[in-house]
Amino acid sequence: MFGFLTGLKKQGILGINNRNANYVLRYNQRKYYPRVDDKLITKELATKAGIAVPELYGVIKAVGQIKFIENLIKDLNSFVVKPAKGSGGEGVLVLERTKKGTLRKPGGKVIDISDLQYHISRILSGVFSLGGHPDMALLEYRVNFDPLFENVSFLGVPDIRIVVFRGVPVMSMVRLPTSTSDGKANLHQGAIGAGIDIRTGKTLGAVWRNQIVEEHPDTGNDIVDLKIPHWQDLLLLAARCYELTGLGYQGVDIVIDRDLGPLILEVNARPGLNIQIANGTGLLPRLEKVESAFMNDVPTPDKRVEFALEHL
Amino acid sequence: MNRLHLLLVTGFLTACAISLFYYKAFILRFPILPDEESQAWIVEAHISFNARGRSVMAELFIPKNYDQFLIMDESFISRGYGLSTHTENLNRKALWSIRKAYGRQGLYYRAIVHRNPVEPQKRRLKRPKLPESGLSGVKLEAAREIISRAREKSANTESFVRRIIEYLNERPASDNVKLLLGKRPDQLKKAKTAASLVIEAGIPARVAHGVFLVPLTEDAPLVHRLEVFDNGKWLSFDPGSGETTVPENFLRWWQGPYALLSTQGVYSARVNVGIQRYQEEAELSAVEEARLKNPNLIKFSLLSLPLETQSVYRILLMVPIGALIVVILRNIIGLKTFGTFMPVLIALAFRETELIWGIVFFTVIIGVGLLVRSYLEHLKLLLVPRIAAILTVVVLLMMLVSIITHLMDIERGLSVALFPMVIMSMTIERMSTVWDELGAWEALKHGAGSLFVAAIVYSVIKLETLQYIVFMFPETLLVVLALALLLGRYSGYRLLELGRFRALTRG
Repeated sequence: MFGFLTGLKKQGILGINNRNANYVLRYNQRKYYPRVDDKLITKELATKAGIAVPELYGVIKAVGQIKFIENLIKDLNSFVVKPAKGSGGEGVLVLERTKKGTLRKPGGKVIDISDLQYHISRILSGVFSLGGHPDMALLEYRVNFDPLFENVSFLGVPDIRIVVFRGVPVMSMVRLPTSTSDGKANLHQGAIGAGIDIRTGKTLGAVWRNQIVEEHPDTGNDIVDLKIPHWQDLLLLAARCYELTGLGYQGVDIVIDRDLGPLILEVNARPGLNIQIANGTGLLPRLEKVESAFMNDVPTPDKRVEFALEHL
Repeated sequence: MNRLHLLLVTGFLTACAISLFYYKAFILRFPILPDEESQAWIVEAHISFNARGRSVMAELFIPKNYDQFLIMDESFISRGYGLSTHTENLNRKALWSIRKAYGRQGLYYRAIVHRNPVEPQKRRLKRPKLPESGLSGVKLEAAREIISRAREKSANTESFVRRIIEYLNERPASDNVKLLLGKRPDQLKKAKTAASLVIEAGIPARVAHGVFLVPLTEDAPLVHRLEVFDNGKWLSFDPGSGETTVPENFLRWWQGPYALLSTQGVYSARVNVGIQRYQEEAELSAVEEARLKNPNLIKFSLLSLPLETQSVYRILLMVPIGALIVVILRNIIGLKTFGTFMPVLIALAFRETELIWGIVFFTVIIGVGLLVRSYLEHLKLLLVPRIAAILTVVVLLMMLVSIITHLMDIERGLSVALFPMVIMSMTIERMSTVWDELGAWEALKHGAGSLFVAAIVYSVIKLETLQYIVFMFPETLLVVLALALLLGRYSGYRLLELGRFRALTRG
């Protein structure tokens, strides 16, 4: 059993206690949390800094506004409803309009307007928010993902998670929705995570439900060795999030839109640890490299990306 | 810097705890372990019956002072009943009465019994009047035959009685004995029959009833002994073995051919006797000594509080220990639970229900709650009203469980009322959200994790020795605090992460 422990240590695996005690608690100041916990604030900050985000169609802040939802969505062909303070992808509803004008989920399940209204009221009452606090519902642009991912994702939008430590992108993976994940891109909901080589932007092995896989379970296509487009841009975008949020240890979620290019979807102050499984290696050695390279001051985003490309 | 600081703080806390403990345990000589030899017990008789709405009378024998034991601090709990005590045929009796009563009723008699420290005086008793044997007809014939056989083989009263008891316990029983004892005689029947036989032989005899004073029992069995008058004193015999030495912990309660409880105007009456060793006495003597040596220490300790408050603190002081266990199970083992400290509250409720019933009740309430919750899902209610609705259902469920188990005579069911209902409602809500979002497996895993943690916490906080130590030496909580601080900086792997990252270490 203890041999197992040293095995983890040798691989440089970051455990949850270590992440919380030595990275999240040490580098993430509490006062900056609202910047990422509330996606509306993240969006505003990003827009101000000139970082691309999915367009916001509307915000529903009060139960009284729910009945006007029909008005709000009548011109939209597709959109996403999500809680502003949600976590782990919970409460995200992706909808598109059928030819008949009804709404349906990517899986094909038709939803009527009262279901949507109920979902929004659940969001507002805080079912999906951290700590059950009252929340807001965001209506935003539904990303049309890059054709690259067409063969390796099922129903939903694949996104790219980059862990950024002290402004340096240290580890990355692409998360591919599956039928079990109901089109969502979160690993614990059953999405696939495929590690990405930081230097080349090519996918490494992939993990699905804590198992190593090489093909997408729904489409059967190879997941390994895909080249992520605009890789350097993505790294820079992620690195710039350090100035945006002020958080020393964060997970940046990026989607690549067919037309708009990379967009920041959200930032997470306590990014999960499964990215290590997807990459087949631990975070600790890379975090330590960054820690020893930038003792006090952090260089510009360009320099940080350069550092990542050279040293990680 | 940070690490040093933490080590200093925890070191300081531990040093404080150890020095206080040392001072109290070795200088003031507080007993370190609960005193197993305490010579006082709490004896409680719980009477329950159903009243028909008419006048009710309940008569209970109560123990009285005698050579071996002294009765102190008697109390009677009986809401609305008139109460009188009197002495009758050398027995003490309590009589409860009420003009009108409905439904299930509960009456309590409670006393603290001390071993009599005074050596009993040896004085000759006057020979009592010979009571009626109550034997007639064929039974009388059978009795006479047994008596004459026993007489032939005995030299004095004691050996005669022993012989009689031997005959009654003979296997296979003779026809005469069968006739007198009937089928499957119990200890009481044997004692009564032996008494009749001895009386028939012209020697005064009676049956005495009592209980054994054990450290803890919820339902003490009644013990019956045969007492025979011989040469100015009463000899006591075990009706099974004929043994004449009375066990040291036998509390003689009443005598004569009567039942412990007699009632009028009620049905399904029962009485049950609970016994518990009374700890405070041993503690109090240590405290009294300590008070003389260092008055301030005692003034600022829990022992200066009233007894009821003390018993509250006996439980409260265990809560941090429960919390520490939760910390270990969550942060070092990596178990998942609903809510951080919900398991501690559940564990506290288990104290009343006991583990198995606690788990049963918890599962039933959460299970039915989840069903109701999934129905409410269709109504699309807002969060706070929905939780209020679930809370109402939980309270109704708890009520139902209490009523049903009470009808089934499972006393444990009553204590379901101590379950933390708000926490249970939140648990149902959380569990159903997890169920929706992450699937049934994850929800059940969290639920089972919570129950498992609660069970572990329960089995630790139930340890009497631990309870005693924490109560007598609350400074142990400083060590708990120090451990919590240290664990707060534990950044090693969790045990369950080994499985999670197994794929990475395999290669």
